[in-house]
Amino acid sequence: MLLLGNEAIARGAVEAGVAFATTYPGTPSSEISTNFFQMTRECDLYFEYCTNEKISMEVAAAAANSGVRSMCVMKHVGVNVAADALMTLAYVGVKAGMVILSADDPFMFSSQNEQDNRYYAKLSGLPMLEPSSVAEAKNMVADAFDLSEKLQEPVLFRTTTRINHSTGVVTLNNIRKRVTKGNFTKDPINLVVVPAVARNLHVKLLKNYDSARELAEKSNYNFITGSGNRGIICNGVSYSYVRDGLKDLKMENEIKVLRMGFSHPLPPALIKNFLKGCVKVLIVEEGEPYMEEAVKAFAQEEGLTLPINGKTKDLFTRLYEYNPAQVKQCIAGYFDLPYTPPKAVDLSDVPEVPQRPPTLCAGCSHRATYLEVKKATEGMDTIFPSDIGCYTLGLLPPLSAADFLICMGSSAGTAGGFSKVNDKKVIAFIGDSTFFHSGIPGLINAVFNNHNFTLVILDNGTTAMTGHQPHPGVDMTRLNLEGYGRVSIEAVVKAIGVDHVTTIKPYKVKKSIDAIKEAIDHKGVSVIISEEVCALYANALKLPKRKPFRVGEKCKNHKDCISSLACPAFYIWNDRVKIDANLCTGCAVCAQICPENAILPVKATA
Amino acid sequence: METKRLVIVAVGGQGNLLASSVLGEAALLCGIPLNMSEIHGMAQRGGVVESSLVFGDAKSTIISDGEADVLVGFEPAETLRALGRCNADTVVITNLAPLMPYTVNIGQGVYPDLKQLQELIRKKTGRLIAFNAAALAKKAGNSLAVNMVLLGALLQAGVLPLSVEEVKEAMKTKTKKAFLDSNLKAFDLGFSAAATA
Repeated sequence: MLLLGNEAIARGAVEAGVAFATTYPGTPSSEISTNFFQMTRECDLYFEYCTNEKISMEVAAAAANSGVRSMCVMKHVGVNVAADALMTLAYVGVKAGMVILSADDPFMFSSQNEQDNRYYAKLSGLPMLEPSSVAEAKNMVADAFDLSEKLQEPVLFRTTTRINHSTGVVTLNNIRKRVTKGNFTKDPINLVVVPAVARNLHVKLLKNYDSARELAEKSNYNFITGSGNRGIICNGVSYSYVRDGLKDLKMENEIKVLRMGFSHPLPPALIKNFLKGCVKVLIVEEGEPYMEEAVKAFAQEEGLTLPINGKTKDLFTRLYEYNPAQVKQCIAGYFDLPYTPPKAVDLSDVPEVPQRPPTLCAGCSHRATYLEVKKATEGMDTIFPSDIGCYTLGLLPPLSAADFLICMGSSAGTAGGFSKVNDKKVIAFIGDSTFFHSGIPGLINAVFNNHNFTLVILDNGTTAMTGHQPHPGVDMTRLNLEGYGRVSIEAVVKAIGVDHVTTIKPYKVKKSIDAIKEAIDHKGVSVIISEEVCALYANALKLPKRKPFRVGEKCKNHKDCISSLACPAFYIWNDRVKIDANLCTGCAVCAQICPENAILPVKATA
Repeated sequence: METKRLVIVAVGGQGNLLASSVLGEAALLCGIPLNMSEIHGMAQRGGVVESSLVFGDAKSTIISDGEADVLVGFEPAETLRALGRCNADTVVITNLAPLMPYTVNIGQGVYPDLKQLQELIRKKTGRLIAFNAAALAKKAGNSLAVNMVLLGALLQAGVLPLSVEEVKEAMKTKTKKAFLDSNLKAFDLGFSAAATA
């Protein structure tokens, strides 16, 4: 059957008997977790959404150390958050199979960087597997559990967006019986990493490393196709582009290809033997020259002087994702093969197409809050540190509500620094899920160090950006799910010691502006909690709908509504502002700012 | 088997992914190898959604510039934006009903002239099939069926190794029961429109 890469990965894990799965959602990994979540409704698989990636890794590590097969899923930058746990979990190891999935995002389709997480394998000393196709991903993730159990340490499973979000034909296999109950055995001399223990565990890790390298030498995931004395070494989706390129160039049997699927530790003997049969080798890998550096080192050990190239000015870049034509062209250029590039049409006389950046939805409560903050700070010099979520989309005009962003949780932390060295009003924005993920320590730091800023917590009752996953502040009964706790953001903020805390309803424009003004006037740390359910989530929950609005006869065509809000429900027809009743959610924010009071609810049709 | 490459571009909410999954299912029914890829990071937030479908013996799931055999655009400006994927032989199928980007509404860009857009595409590619798919979807009784209208047109164009029967069969399993009749009608309207466009 046809499965999305992420569906195939979830299926592969279940086929391998995964019984315990955790995540913090992040594109491009999110659908793996969505699938696990749905499965828990129908079977005894345990799955949880955790507050952040580090917690998710710790929760899963405990299950794996109790003898339960576990999996922990995150996007590439999530591994940074979890890295503290990862680096020492590598020492401690696991009892049952544990797979840690890192979904890398070359080209940054939906990420803040395109870091290459193969280096986490190198850094931690853990084995890494990388699939080249959807079908392979399913089987490989299943094998990753066996590998982990054999080595008694977690296995890193690295995908890229083009695996996660590709669809391919997959054959399903049987599902292994799940062991859902563990039995933890006390063993502090091996499980509590005080220095004396850790010194021994590092020795164990290096022994495991050697065993893993032996397994990589013989792994079916490291294989050679074709023959000849010219070679290509590649991994992941690059392998697909290499194979298609060689087919088009009719060189499938003339150039041999070593595909690395078990990519850490790299197998020295296999690679050295491959090099010995070659006069010239090309390395095709998206991201950093991870394999290239290793392969060149292996060649040096053997005294081989053949040309080995990958990332050079004339060949491949470290930037973005690759594509089939680019790979084909580099192969042809490197091995001096005749090649006709695809004749893409000439675009020189094509007019510029207006950009269509993703934007806050019609009726999005973030738009209302941003407008209110802008109104409340009119004439003031401001800095708006932002954070990661839908609300980052407010960076574009006319809202222009983001000035600085580095990572999850950075709004609260950087706001402190900005407020200390600038004589400007600092107002930081953070979403509800991100606040729980990593915003809380920044806020605590601000209270302790007596920083001076306002933190606006945009609480839309869900993790909206990644597809409405729950977080600790979510009312799970709305989803008809029992047995969950609920953490109040307001209670947390107050407990931290913030002495000016106000909750606003952002659809009430005037009241909100007044409350924001008061918060800004407060010296020290103040918090505004802007509470309104995500418009898309409200739809999904089938919450009662408000009446849409229309532009009435009183409109004098100032277009203030469009120029200050840019809500996608507006459109211009014959130079007049109109509202698309199908898109309008009836939030009434535009009606409240129209100087002519010309925006009115659509009358119910009889 | 000869490889055929299809790029579908749309605005979030236009049903690109459903159309792709219908084609995927149809390919599965015909026993045609297929690899697909989609970029839909912020589909629900008005961004562009792009699918690549590679039929036949290939391993890649994405399509390079100049390598599309067919380009289907659910929105005219998006069709134009994706023109770089085409070559002199590409068949281009486009809806002519615009969805204004908000950047245009706030005066940050000019929407391309539809007549000029068609002339440009016609001049540079193998064949252009352009019509108002939104109007046909409405006529079929389901304004959301723009995707099915364009699937009809795609099948009429005949570039892909799929038959109408298999696509209709796939529509039965992949689209909602309540909309099946209007979807099938939309498909047929698109099919006939393409024959005369």
